[in-house]
Amino acid sequence: MFAYLVRRLFLMLVTLFGISVVIFFLLRIVPGNIVDILFAAAGYVDPADKANLEKELGIDQPLIVQYWHWISGFLRGDFGYSYVSEKPALQEILPRIPITARLAGLALLFSASIGIPLGVISAVKQGTRLDYALRVVSLSGLSLPSFWLGLLILTASVAMFNQMPIFNPHPATWLEAFATYAVPAAAVGFRSAALTTRITRSSMLEVLRQDYIRTARAKGASDAAVHYQHALKNAILPVITVIGIEAAFLIGGLIVTETVFNIPGVARFLVEAIRWRDYPIVQNLVMLIAIVVVSANFIVDMLYAVFDPRIRFTD
Amino acid sequence: MRSVRALAAMAALSFLAFSTITFAGEPKQGGILRMYHRDSPGNASIHEGATYSLNVPFMPVFNNLVIYKQDVAQNSMDTIIPELAESWAWVNDNKTLTFKLRRGVKWHDGKPFTSADVKCTFDMLMGKSQQKFRQNPRKTWYEQVNDVSTNGDLEVSFNLKRPQPSLLALLASGYTPVYPCHVSPGDMRTHPIGTGPFRFVEFKANESIKLVRNPDYWREGRPYLDGIEFTIIPNRSTAILAFVAGKFDMAFPTEVSIPLLKDVKSQAPNAVCVVEPNNVATNIIVNSSAPPFDNIDIRRAMALSLDRKAFISIMFEGQGDVGGTLLPPPNGLWGMPKEMLESIPGYGPDINANREQGRKLMQKAGYGPDKHLAVKVSTRNIPVYRDPAVILIDQLKSIYIDGELDVVETANWFPKIARKDYMLGLNLTGNAVDDPDQSFYENYSCGSERNYTNYCNKEIEKLFDVQSQEADVNKRKKLVWDIDKKLQEDVARPIIFHARTGSCWQPYVKGVTVMSNSSYNGYRYEDVWMDK
Repeated sequence: MFAYLVRRLFLMLVTLFGISVVIFFLLRIVPGNIVDILFAAAGYVDPADKANLEKELGIDQPLIVQYWHWISGFLRGDFGYSYVSEKPALQEILPRIPITARLAGLALLFSASIGIPLGVISAVKQGTRLDYALRVVSLSGLSLPSFWLGLLILTASVAMFNQMPIFNPHPATWLEAFATYAVPAAAVGFRSAALTTRITRSSMLEVLRQDYIRTARAKGASDAAVHYQHALKNAILPVITVIGIEAAFLIGGLIVTETVFNIPGVARFLVEAIRWRDYPIVQNLVMLIAIVVVSANFIVDMLYAVFDPRIRFTD
Repeated sequence: MRSVRALAAMAALSFLAFSTITFAGEPKQGGILRMYHRDSPGNASIHEGATYSLNVPFMPVFNNLVIYKQDVAQNSMDTIIPELAESWAWVNDNKTLTFKLRRGVKWHDGKPFTSADVKCTFDMLMGKSQQKFRQNPRKTWYEQVNDVSTNGDLEVSFNLKRPQPSLLALLASGYTPVYPCHVSPGDMRTHPIGTGPFRFVEFKANESIKLVRNPDYWREGRPYLDGIEFTIIPNRSTAILAFVAGKFDMAFPTEVSIPLLKDVKSQAPNAVCVVEPNNVATNIIVNSSAPPFDNIDIRRAMALSLDRKAFISIMFEGQGDVGGTLLPPPNGLWGMPKEMLESIPGYGPDINANREQGRKLMQKAGYGPDKHLAVKVSTRNIPVYRDPAVILIDQLKSIYIDGELDVVETANWFPKIARKDYMLGLNLTGNAVDDPDQSFYENYSCGSERNYTNYCNKEIEKLFDVQSQEADVNKRKKLVWDIDKKLQEDVARPIIFHARTGSCWQPYVKGVTVMSNSSYNGYRYEDVWMDK
């Protein structure tokens, strides 16, 4: 087990190194840099001014030197300065992380709390009108892009209530804070909820046909006990896997949702930073995300053994 | 007796009514003006940018020496008033412009404003100081300025190489604030210090910009507002919906397109909206230094293929203007009169006849129904560029030119056109001031960095100088018209149209004036107040 742990940790470090190289060089492959964009915004190109600015920002140096400066700084906790705001990159990134984390957490909560019960109901009521209705809803959830759903919600709230659920940076109460996040979280979580419903349904249908379910019924267990204690407990593993995968995909949905609802989170910030080719922000932020994802995968792998006693890690 | 009482009652009522009206129209102090901003400006330094995304939030922080009157829509020499200057005078055969400066003005950090600050600012703009701007896009504005000299703390002179009456117009632009000597250009990008009606509080990239009332402002009783808050909302649909829902007092100026204006008026019928030209010309840039457009016949044929009214009708539901380089009248001061404009090939009202002429020119150059000319039409990958480029490609078909759209990301657009790596491009050119000097020298003079087409005609350039020195407005106007006509005939950079856009605000916002011949100069906001 110890040797496996060490090997996994080593692999983790290799993966992160690989990611750092890929991020760094992919960003440089994208045409244009911050200086090009600044001059584009100013509508002129003066080669001397351009060269001075490139020198000032250090992007005139060989790529390998730039990489070393960045990665050694990252390892020391020195994230450099944003090219655009000229503030420390960490100071720009940190305040935005909790906003996106709250939004993502609430979206996942929405996905699980709506998707799992609906999936169970759909499986239990298989072939009924309710089942068909739920399947239509879940299919529409999968088909509807979250930015479109977001715009529909905004338009409807303005048309019907003359109100707009737009981000409030300083909510007065806990309830107001919840409301600030709830609507965008629902918009982005709707798709995940639809997927969770479908996975739960199919997983439940498989489990409900098992002998032990028939046995439970024969022993006089109530429908609720059969469905939620016996069936769901065994059907939930693939659902958890899917929710885990969805969490990684959530960042894509959050980018558009943060844009539509004007939430100053880290996802929208990342897109803006890419648009400006703000290398210190993009590189460090993507590395931080990569560390979180790789670490989460590592922890989940380790926890498999805890959740399922049949799994044993060996060399 | 009864009639006397009735008269007295009527008089009292009239007095009451009159005093109520007067009271209702009287500006009130207080309130925060909430406005959305269309994008996150790269920094806060007006001198280092070339987009009005910077002017709108940061112009209220500063003052100029002189400024266009903020409550008059049309900028002109007659509407220039002193700001940090108290007066000005042309001396030395109109080769020296001297300003007497206002006494007792303080920077927002408490330091006194003096003539040294003016000298510092313009030395930096001319590239003559130790401290440098990272970018200096309007350096060419001051090419005729030899130096700036001071005479004590309250007098400053611009010494010119030759007379240039329009220097005053350039100094009145929102792009020409005076910066403090004691603050570095780097600090001005992140935390600007000005003398203006509002102090800078904070700028959170992609989030918000906050300004607060300057209690020590030199103009008594101004500003009326306690502050201005800009929320950055790049998504236009969200921004407009938020304005309609009352989350904002004002939409970002000139950012409401004509189709969106209809939505705003239907959903918020009380909103006050105006449509004005923004002095941005959509034009074609032609690489005349390489085949096939080195052939003047092909360039002329292309100009003859244009149906300008179709562009305006498709894109702006008819709300736009056909003109030459300079914004056409009545909003523009220097644009050619209609009759003169229509005498230029391609501007005549009979589009079919124009195109027939164009086809003949193409046949002369060796192209025809069986041999089309294939070209790439390059443009920036944003809708205001892309949409007219698509229409242009469609219109070019009428003269045997098959265009292929080549969309270029913003980061690569200017480097690409600067190295002349294009055949035909669709471009937008904004004019900070409605003045021929700014437009001609920037876009058409030999060697100018913004002369993307490399058009170079020494004869015309001499005329640029002649009109620039002419103090008589009417004489200058005629010279300018002739130059503009010649530029269009040479197909130097064919102008397709001048757009109009909308600006909206809630009915309780008062004192807003949208400039009708520039979108860069009207954002001091010291006269804006809220009636609520």
